[in-house]
Amino acid sequence: MQQDTAAAGNWLLSLENMAKSFGPVKALRQVNLQVKAGEVHALVGENGAGKSTLMKVLSGAHKPDSGNMYLNGREYKPGSPAQGRLAGIAMIYQELMLAPHLTVEENILLGLEKTKLGFLQNQKQQVHEALAWLGQEDLQPNTPVNQLSIGKQQLVEIARALVTDARVVIMDEPTSSLTAADAQALFGVIRRLKDKGISVIYISHFLEEVFGVCDRYTVLRDGETVATGNLTDISTPGLIRHMIGRSVDELYPAIPHELSETVLQVDNLVTQPYHKTISFALRRGEILGISGLVGAGRSEIIRSIFGLEKVHQGQVKIKNKPELQAIYLNPNQALNADLDLLSENRKEEGLALNLSIATNLTLSALGKYAKNGLLNLKKEQAGAADWMQQLQVKSQSPLAPISSLSGGNQQKVCIARLLHHDSDILFLDEPTRGIDVGSKAEIYRLIQTLAGQGKAIVVVSSYLPELLGICDTLGVMYRGQLSNIKPVKAWTEDDIMHFATSGMETAS
Amino acid sequence: MNITGKKVLSQFGPFLGLIFVFVLFSILCPPAFTSVYNIKTILTQSVIVGIAAFGMTMIIISGGIDLSVGSQIALGTVVIATVLNMGNTGAEMGFMWPLLAALAAIAACGVCGFIIGRFISRFTIVPFIVTLGMMQIARGVAKWIAKEQTVTTPPNWLQDLMLLDPQPEWLFFGPGVWITLILFVLVTILLRYTVFGRYVFAIGSNEQTARLCGIPVKYYKTAIYTFSAFFTGIASIMQYSNLTVGDPTAANGMELDIIAAVVIGGGSLSGGEGSALGSIIGALIMAVLRNGCNMLGLPNYVQEIIIGVIIVGAVLVDRLKHRIKA
Repeated sequence: MQQDTAAAGNWLLSLENMAKSFGPVKALRQVNLQVKAGEVHALVGENGAGKSTLMKVLSGAHKPDSGNMYLNGREYKPGSPAQGRLAGIAMIYQELMLAPHLTVEENILLGLEKTKLGFLQNQKQQVHEALAWLGQEDLQPNTPVNQLSIGKQQLVEIARALVTDARVVIMDEPTSSLTAADAQALFGVIRRLKDKGISVIYISHFLEEVFGVCDRYTVLRDGETVATGNLTDISTPGLIRHMIGRSVDELYPAIPHELSETVLQVDNLVTQPYHKTISFALRRGEILGISGLVGAGRSEIIRSIFGLEKVHQGQVKIKNKPELQAIYLNPNQALNADLDLLSENRKEEGLALNLSIATNLTLSALGKYAKNGLLNLKKEQAGAADWMQQLQVKSQSPLAPISSLSGGNQQKVCIARLLHHDSDILFLDEPTRGIDVGSKAEIYRLIQTLAGQGKAIVVVSSYLPELLGICDTLGVMYRGQLSNIKPVKAWTEDDIMHFATSGMETAS
Repeated sequence: MNITGKKVLSQFGPFLGLIFVFVLFSILCPPAFTSVYNIKTILTQSVIVGIAAFGMTMIIISGGIDLSVGSQIALGTVVIATVLNMGNTGAEMGFMWPLLAALAAIAACGVCGFIIGRFISRFTIVPFIVTLGMMQIARGVAKWIAKEQTVTTPPNWLQDLMLLDPQPEWLFFGPGVWITLILFVLVTILLRYTVFGRYVFAIGSNEQTARLCGIPVKYYKTAIYTFSAFFTGIASIMQYSNLTVGDPTAANGMELDIIAAVVIGGGSLSGGEGSALGSIIGALIMAVLRNGCNMLGLPNYVQEIIIGVIIVGAVLVDRLKHRIKA
């Protein structure tokens, strides 16, 4: 089956010396990528390293400036994503590309319908086979896709790839919005694809996943391939070193900070969707981590206290402020009471994407620049520029659109907004989601520095290593119920997982 | 790469369009087109749409839309006529009654705007539907008050607002044109240099972000629709001045001209974009087209086709600009 040609070697897919520029920006300089049949190949690199561009070139969405691609020994030159699909390259995008109102079957067959005199032919067999291959016999083909979880929707996309006889399936951050259980199911599916001889190119920021599910890796940095090999021959720090070009011994820096008096006391808070009673206290200088599975109600706690979500009852006591009934809280009051929140959804909620960096940065504290409702624009820009410099936001001007920044820099602007408002109690919801390792390290350092300055911080995260790395104390959530809050050192990863999955503290 | 350069270009895009149509018609039309008298005519003809477009600009930047402005304008003219007739003693009208009538029209539109804003923010119904309803309601109320007839009024100073040759002569343009200019400056300052204006942009660009940043979104939405309706009220005064009667069937379909002016001027129906300058230029482009086509003796349908093409073309140019930016 394999045809050997001098150029293609033994690879199912081979990309050689790919280059692509957008105007003056060289997104890809010198990229090589070789994928064997039936392997799971990890493509890693920081944001902006060129992974997405490379995949767009591979799927046919972008035309490369130079370089050659070979698929199955033959030259592969897709003119459009449709041609790429036809040639056997299937792309599963981060944002799913399904028609939400159509059924599973209709989505799987979309664009592939066989017709006779304009009438649809029965292709149930094909759909059934694909779903069976994925071990998803229980997925009803006539369910509308919008009634499925994100994990199941993703499987529908993969089933679609199977129906088109894909040879290579590209997955871009496939687990970023999945629950742990759905992620495990996905890994099972990936193994099945592998058994079928289908190659998977797996793009992810989660390196444990990469080590768990992938066979080989290729690291991109600044649009170049900097390393490739077997994952068994490399360690996590080794991989990170390739990704950022330097070593991150101190990904989680330890900046000394002291815990002092209580600044926030939450009593008997009852929120959606679980209606469980929650109480906790937060001290000045404390970094409190909240762990748990996706959907355990972690974000809901801090969002409710901040007034973004419905609260049924509860009292919130903030130091030096009168006691507040949580039912009546709104974000405006919360900000005035020295609370602030970093949203987990940067694009949907955190930022106004068609406004400038400065506007986004100062929006929660415009009063600083206003007199009788009139704004001092010069002063505002100077204020924004100052914070951009302090957080090393890479941009030419505070007036540049926020959409021109990379994910990491956008996140820094979100955090800068909190610092600019200068609340003493900060709720950070997934502060490092979707940003590269380098920016993550900067944000961890910043969180610790802030605690050192006497801020009280709650960090909600799905990523346990970072909570263990930067927090002083930790609580775990299970279906709306919060565990006892204990110093991080008193928790083991096993204890945390045990509570997160069962709601019971491990008897020791 | 040069941001200020790009800003200038995006600000002046509609302006270049205006110059283009003006130059085009100066070549095609008889010299009368560029006469002072005709330019006065064009400016005066764009007053009503222009003033209403200022209000619409704020609504569209905030991510909303108001389909009821045409009906509100009709309601305004009827309210003015009714109030004037209440004060009609057969003698000279004087200054106060017409002023009161004008304020009543602004208040009537303001009430419409307040109801729209409250409904949108309180019950989270999309603006399109709420204002579609208000379009019918305001039109119905206008007909009810006017008993389905035009309401004639005694002569008064409101009727002089849209004159081409005003008294005193040094005014040069009719008071309506000057009022438009003052409102333009006001709205520009409001949108660019005030907290209110910034919040309008923030709500339109991303309502969730606005909420996260502590902006009382519901309160502001009500304020935006009410405040914008004041501009509709002022536009209705100008409409009355043109007609000299209260007409419940006036300004039928004018909301579409007003929305078109905003869109031609760079306003985005998905919110977060738009400017008073763009909108008044949009209104002027349409006025120049209508005037030029009339002068060329082109039938009405030609104007309609051209304006349709310009609306879609303006948005297309805008999209292309965004694509280059991205």
